[in-house]
Amino acid sequence: MQRLIKNLNYFWNKFKDNKGQFWEELEEQLVTSDISISTAGKMLDEVKDYVYRENINDSGKVKALLKKQIIEILNGNKDHKLNIPAARPAVILVVGVNGVGKTTAVAKLAKLFKEEGKKVLISAADTYRSAAVEQIQYYAEKLGLDMVSHQKLSDPGAVVYDSIEKAKARNIDVVIIDTAGRMQTSYNLMEELKKIKKVINKRIGREVDEILLVVDSTTGQNAKNQAELFNNALNLTGIILTKVDSASKGGIVITIKHDLGIPIKMVSNGEKMEDIFQFDAVRFTELIFS
Amino acid sequence: MFDQLTAKFENLFFKIRNKGKINPGDLDSALREIKLALLEADVNFKVVKEFLENVKAKAIGEKILESLTPYQQVVKIVNEEIIRMLGSSSGSISFVPKGPTVIMTVGLQGSGKTSSVIKLANFLKARFQKKVSVVAADIYRPAAVLQLEDMAKNIGVDVYSNENLDPVSISVKGLELFKKSGSDVVIIDTAGRLHIDENMMEEIVNIKKKVSPHQIYLVLDAMTGQEAVNIASSFNQKVECDGIILTKLDSDTRGGAALSVYYVVKKPIKFVSNGEKVEDFDIFYPDRIASRILGKGDVMTLVEKAEKAVSKKEAKRIEEKIYKNELNFEDFVGQLKSIKKIGSLDKIFSMIPMAGKNKMLKKVNFDDSHLDRIEAIINSMTVEERRRPHIINGSRKKRIAKGSGSTVSEVNRLLKQFSKTRQMLKQFSGQKGKFNMPFGNF
Repeated sequence: MQRLIKNLNYFWNKFKDNKGQFWEELEEQLVTSDISISTAGKMLDEVKDYVYRENINDSGKVKALLKKQIIEILNGNKDHKLNIPAARPAVILVVGVNGVGKTTAVAKLAKLFKEEGKKVLISAADTYRSAAVEQIQYYAEKLGLDMVSHQKLSDPGAVVYDSIEKAKARNIDVVIIDTAGRMQTSYNLMEELKKIKKVINKRIGREVDEILLVVDSTTGQNAKNQAELFNNALNLTGIILTKVDSASKGGIVITIKHDLGIPIKMVSNGEKMEDIFQFDAVRFTELIFS
Repeated sequence: MFDQLTAKFENLFFKIRNKGKINPGDLDSALREIKLALLEADVNFKVVKEFLENVKAKAIGEKILESLTPYQQVVKIVNEEIIRMLGSSSGSISFVPKGPTVIMTVGLQGSGKTSSVIKLANFLKARFQKKVSVVAADIYRPAAVLQLEDMAKNIGVDVYSNENLDPVSISVKGLELFKKSGSDVVIIDTAGRLHIDENMMEEIVNIKKKVSPHQIYLVLDAMTGQEAVNIASSFNQKVECDGIILTKLDSDTRGGAALSVYYVVKKPIKFVSNGEKVEDFDIFYPDRIASRILGKGDVMTLVEKAEKAVSKKEAKRIEEKIYKNELNFEDFVGQLKSIKKIGSLDKIFSMIPMAGKNKMLKKVNFDDSHLDRIEAIINSMTVEERRRPHIINGSRKKRIAKGSGSTVSEVNRLLKQFSKTRQMLKQFSGQKGKFNMPFGNF
């Protein structure tokens, strides 16, 4: 709090004698959070307009306006809650590029559902990476969850098919599918995901309930390309933002929501299994300015 | 890699070039464009500021406004500045004369350490004929050791692991073991850690104290955002890194992190990793990447890769055949294999100058599975058919289609394409002697 007041005073002084520099420093604060320069520019322009029109001379108010704007973008017209329908089993497909923390996020989600009293099955559809199955198996055993896996390099579509059939037979509430990491630019691997989606849709007779892209907070502008291309291929329903304890702010998700309309649904940090939360726009925005 | 930054600069300079002479306003708007381009490329905010100041100072100093070739001047200055930002040395690696050279890799979770360790091991084996061993010091992530062991087995490299010891003791024991077994290089794969996690950072300091690695590499994801400089600074402060391995360059990342990291920590980017295959790993060439950014294309890399994949003699033979219009399917399949050795199609195209600008190329999905299909069709032909494609009639087509799991129309398409290509190549080979890259006319 002390620091915040100090900061605000600092900005206020800047604001009075040199508005140009004040705006530049606000821009810096936004841009260093990894929000895109175009989103930052647009927001600042709107706030600037308002400030000059209303003749606002208080840097604190300016900042509050900016925060309000970010919260509006993040909260706008989409629900942050995971969609778990009455039909059984609900299916959650988890996708993303390499190394963003998909497997850990899958395990954390599974634990969350289990604690709600749901029966969870993990589908180990990353048949590509060495020891990926063993990694998720470790979590499944630790958490006491059902898991379906096939041999390494086998067809992930078949794993998914098998998982849903088993889930039906065993009265499972939620199936969470862990897929192999892939670059959004890899045509073949993106086609593979489309195929997986088709398999699920056919088996459950409706659209997949959740298709979640895992985004690493430390990623910069490329996260938007990721969201765009994964969305083109799959119609994403939401984002899981991981590694939020990493000192990176993950501001690019504001741009993703602003430009593509994909909501952030969950945030995850740390290595403990319980460190996963529903996304909170207000808290997130405070972090951007901390 | 760096595609979009390249596109930005291409546009910018296209505008300036058309005007011939530029005025001070032009320079400011050029600098503003560069600022946006660099920020969109994830170059660190502070680095961008300094970069712009340097470019501006130089531009004014060299009086480009009065120059008749302001475009070339600005390009030259930006080019030089980017090369300077990327560091001057290309990734040379020095081996100690006696005993194993010890390399330690460090980095955040998910940056690609384990894959990089395996790729580096494979690279040192292939390029320098070294006996390489690895030590599995990641005891935290479930199945991390198993992953390393599995990948190491594929490239024929020994692994030391011990689930009853802590990472420091594992490193010490592993090194002892591989000293005895006569390894030339020992690579220690440490666990991923956050640069702000004091305890975990202490662990790598302790490993460093105990095994005194000759080289410490920071593995950095090329998609990293503004925090990249802090990540690099923190690791560098704790263990004094010798260089950086930049990973995931096969994405469409603009890779600005590479630009800022050297600028801030003054440690060279030694290697780049850019694909799923173990061979997708190479030395980093700052000048080549800078020319990519400016739209000149990474021709040097392409040429080098082509030279590795195609022998001169073979190229000469193909050239003769094209000249005599005798190219047949046997040659064609040989060419396909050469292309595959160079890399995936989209990777090859990314190295061709201005390929990003070519509308036709933009629309094409460079799907390598097409190559596989073509190869399957050709493989289903008899030797006679491959040598004399014109004998392929209806019933032969049916057989070929069946044998390759394709359709008659696919076979037809290939035959048609082939005869067209042959025609085209014949025309090009009019300029005999200049045509020495077998796939030059793709």
